[in-house]
Amino acid sequence: MSSSADIADKAFITKIENDRLVVEVLGRWTYETAGPIDKAMQNQIDSGGHEHVTFDLTRSEAIDTSGAYILARALKGRDGTISVFDTIGATEGQKKLLTAAADARNGEPPHNQRQWYDVITRLGEATVRGINEIYDTLAFIGRVVVVLFKSIVQPGRVRWRSVVSLIERVGLDAVPIIIVLSFFIGCVIAFMGAQLLATFGVQIFMVDLVGLAVLREFAVLIMAIMMAARSNSAFTASIGSMVMRQEVDAMTVIGLDTDGTLVAPRAMACLISAPILTGIAMVSGLIGGAVVANLVEDISFNTFFLRISTNIEIQHFWVGMIKAPVFAFIIAVIGCRQGLAVTGSVESLGQRTTSSVVQAIFAVIVLDAIFAMFFMEMNF
Amino acid sequence: MADAKFDITDDHPIVAKGIKTAFGDNVVHENLDLEINKGEIVGVVGGSGTGKSVLLNTLLGLRKPDAGTVYIYGTPRGQLSEKERQALNNRVGVLFQGGALFSSLTVRENVMVPMREHSNLPVKLMRELADMKLHLVGLPPHAATLAPSDLSGGMRKRAGLARALALDPGLLFLDEPTAGLDPIGAAAFDQLILDLREALGLTVMMITHDLDSLYTICDRVAVLLDKRIAINDSLDKVTTDPNPWIQEYFGGPRSRAAAVAGNRGGLKESKK
Repeated sequence: MSSSADIADKAFITKIENDRLVVEVLGRWTYETAGPIDKAMQNQIDSGGHEHVTFDLTRSEAIDTSGAYILARALKGRDGTISVFDTIGATEGQKKLLTAAADARNGEPPHNQRQWYDVITRLGEATVRGINEIYDTLAFIGRVVVVLFKSIVQPGRVRWRSVVSLIERVGLDAVPIIIVLSFFIGCVIAFMGAQLLATFGVQIFMVDLVGLAVLREFAVLIMAIMMAARSNSAFTASIGSMVMRQEVDAMTVIGLDTDGTLVAPRAMACLISAPILTGIAMVSGLIGGAVVANLVEDISFNTFFLRISTNIEIQHFWVGMIKAPVFAFIIAVIGCRQGLAVTGSVESLGQRTTSSVVQAIFAVIVLDAIFAMFFMEMNF
Repeated sequence: MADAKFDITDDHPIVAKGIKTAFGDNVVHENLDLEINKGEIVGVVGGSGTGKSVLLNTLLGLRKPDAGTVYIYGTPRGQLSEKERQALNNRVGVLFQGGALFSSLTVRENVMVPMREHSNLPVKLMRELADMKLHLVGLPPHAATLAPSDLSGGMRKRAGLARALALDPGLLFLDEPTAGLDPIGAAAFDQLILDLREALGLTVMMITHDLDSLYTICDRVAVLLDKRIAINDSLDKVTTDPNPWIQEYFGGPRSRAAAVAGNRGGLKESKK
């Protein structure tokens, strides 16, 4: 293979014949050799005041669009005077190619220019987008609440079949992961409690700590975070791809209510699954705590659960349980809304899925904080 | 050079022999032979579900035939090494049905993808070449910086064609290039393919249902019927074939109208 300098040197010869600039094209002018030729062309072609150029292709081996483009670009010359060209020894196709390439030089695409204040513009846009997002989500929550009330009034209109199949995916399929995660969280709380409380000699209070933390907060939070990660993203992706394939449009035209067919079953599945999953998480978390209490501090299972039942009041259980359907509802609504907001591109599907999970977890934690304040004020 | 093994001057860039394709018990192609002459535009027609797109995928190497061989430039596809396949892919351009543009890139970047992967052109030249190809397929200059999702269906096809042409392939596959275009856009697309064939010396295989395209630009028509290519000949010969399906296909009112339009002149006269 010849070096690139070699290719460039032997690519063309320029000469003046009969007061005309003649560019004799040699060798291969294809995309493989275009790089070096391009460089040489830019350095050397000088029209010398000629308005007419002849491309002599008799000795060229091959010329493709890249080659034709480079040739045609030379038309402009260094001083931009050449405007007409003709060819010697070019096939019909090559002539066409050269003409097309010369044409292409006429339209310059716009270049995206960045301004120094772009940062501020984008900040403003993001703020407006954020506010709109909150507004739209709230409006959508309202719509879904209306739809859900309608289904209570007319249970016959609910698509129970899809509700049941969604409960399987949202609820049943999540059981193993919820059990495992909650168990470990119970263990961790018990460990921390044991270490901390041992310094005061009141290790037995770790039982209260595990009970309170698991029942009030962790069980429901684990459930909500798993639901946001598993189901919410799945809702966005499935509804989003339905939007992309115009299935949602088809539904609307046929007269199906998208809120009723797509959103309501998902919201219901979440509402029904969440308390059950939370209950399972509570049991598993307590068992995790009990196992650690047994191993580390020699507190027997009997003692552990007896203390739980005497010292932990039932209201703590209810605090956890009340939050479950609220979180589930908000997760389902955010997932569905983001899915419906997908536009045509794959890019937007990915973006919406991400923001759906982020928003859902964000909403869950904010709501949890509000609940905490509320229950504190209520002395609950 | 890398593509020493193929003879790109081969008279038949694509030859398929005894192709069999089956999905489970469902045999789509059996004993299918197809030969495409260099420099010709061949239209492949066939009823829905006769496996036109499957045939395209087989020829492209996206699907391994269950029996038979595909020869590209005289070399069986299965015998190519990884490197040769790479070199071969540079010689082949494909326009998929929906354009298949990469949605995360702008139109210009889409056209630059094959150049970036398979050539060592300077980036500035690549950009200029991409813009030129976009001009060549008839897109306005401002389309270069748009995202594919901002384009209409017809523009997306043109952009897809520009990408297929990025490395000046000798062989071009088109999957229903004019489907979904309005008649004006479809006629312009036909003319574009004719022009490109003349300028670049392309060999084109197109799957199409567009009778106008068949009558105006195709040199040959291959009919996919009964799991094989029943006839692969000039349109005059194909239309006189006695097979009832072919008669129905080309004897219908739509076909007659297209034939009248095609004979009245239009594009065919601009051909050599």
